Amino acid sequence: MEQGGLTWIAFEAGPLRVTGAVVMTWLVMALLTGASALVTRSLRSRPGLVQTFAEGVVLAIENAIRAVMPEHTGLVLPFVGTLWMFLAAANLASLVPLLSSPTADLSVTAALAVLVFFSVHWFGIRASGLRAYLRHYVSPSPLLLPFHVIGELTRTLALAVRLFGNMMSMDMAAVLVLSVAGLLVPLPILMLHIVEALVQAYIFGILALVYIGGGVLTQRQLIAARKAP
Amino acid sequence: MSDISVFVLASTVLAGAGIVLGTMLPALAMGRTITQALESLARQPEAEGAITRTLFVGLAMIESLAIYCLVIVLIVLFRNPLAQYLVK
Repeated sequence: MEQGGLTWIAFEAGPLRVTGAVVMTWLVMALLTGASALVTRSLRSRPGLVQTFAEGVVLAIENAIRAVMPEHTGLVLPFVGTLWMFLAAANLASLVPLLSSPTADLSVTAALAVLVFFSVHWFGIRASGLRAYLRHYVSPSPLLLPFHVIGELTRTLALAVRLFGNMMSMDMAAVLVLSVAGLLVPLPILMLHIVEALVQAYIFGILALVYIGGGVLTQRQLIAARKAP
Repeated sequence: MSDISVFVLASTVLAGAGIVLGTMLPALAMGRTITQALESLARQPEAEGAITRTLFVGLAMIESLAIYCLVIVLIVLFRNPLAQYLVK
């Protein structure tokens, strides 16, 4: 919640400076990993409350992915599901006192966007082969190749800046209202923060999914591409 | 007026104007998008899933324009790289 809660330097290891954003990222990662390990340690066929909740989360993610990519759901489920859960936890972290959400740092969101950028090519090549994947860059005509490349780069930039701008501005608005008005006045803004955090996590994940789905050719397109000379 | 006060005045006024335009125009675009989505939802309620997903993606695209404006305005207000020529 504090201003500049992400830029303090936790410790230095040689030339590396580990900032608060990295520490917060580790904290969220440890929380998610620990919770997943605890939930999946004792799986039963007659699930209890916690297992039902976890299965509901995974099923909801799987259904959302299947609606976009019905043919390759299992391929992208680990990546996009992890993105969704990590972003939801990371965006909501700033509601806990003394913590601040790591996604309000441009470096963190840029790292996530670069991850999405590379995974588009990774999943595209895995699902349809190198030749077919590269051919879709020159698909209507080779004239469009520069526009494909520019589109790839700008949408990665937009992905990073969108998440960063939203989370940073929500934190900043809460701090500004707190400094202008009294103690309980920022509460409505914090409630808006909950909605905004979940919506931004959803949008980041669904955009990653749509980008990956654009890189992965469907079976029908693949057959058409193989038939073409 | 000294150079620095002209600079502060200009950047404040431009930041205000920039955030006004930068939220007003994307808001109009978002309004049009939502209107169209609601109309097609009323016409074809069975296509709700696809329409909602595409609507969210489109709104995110439009919203990123407003976010660009916000980032530029914040840079102009707090971290203007040109201010170093005035402050020796």
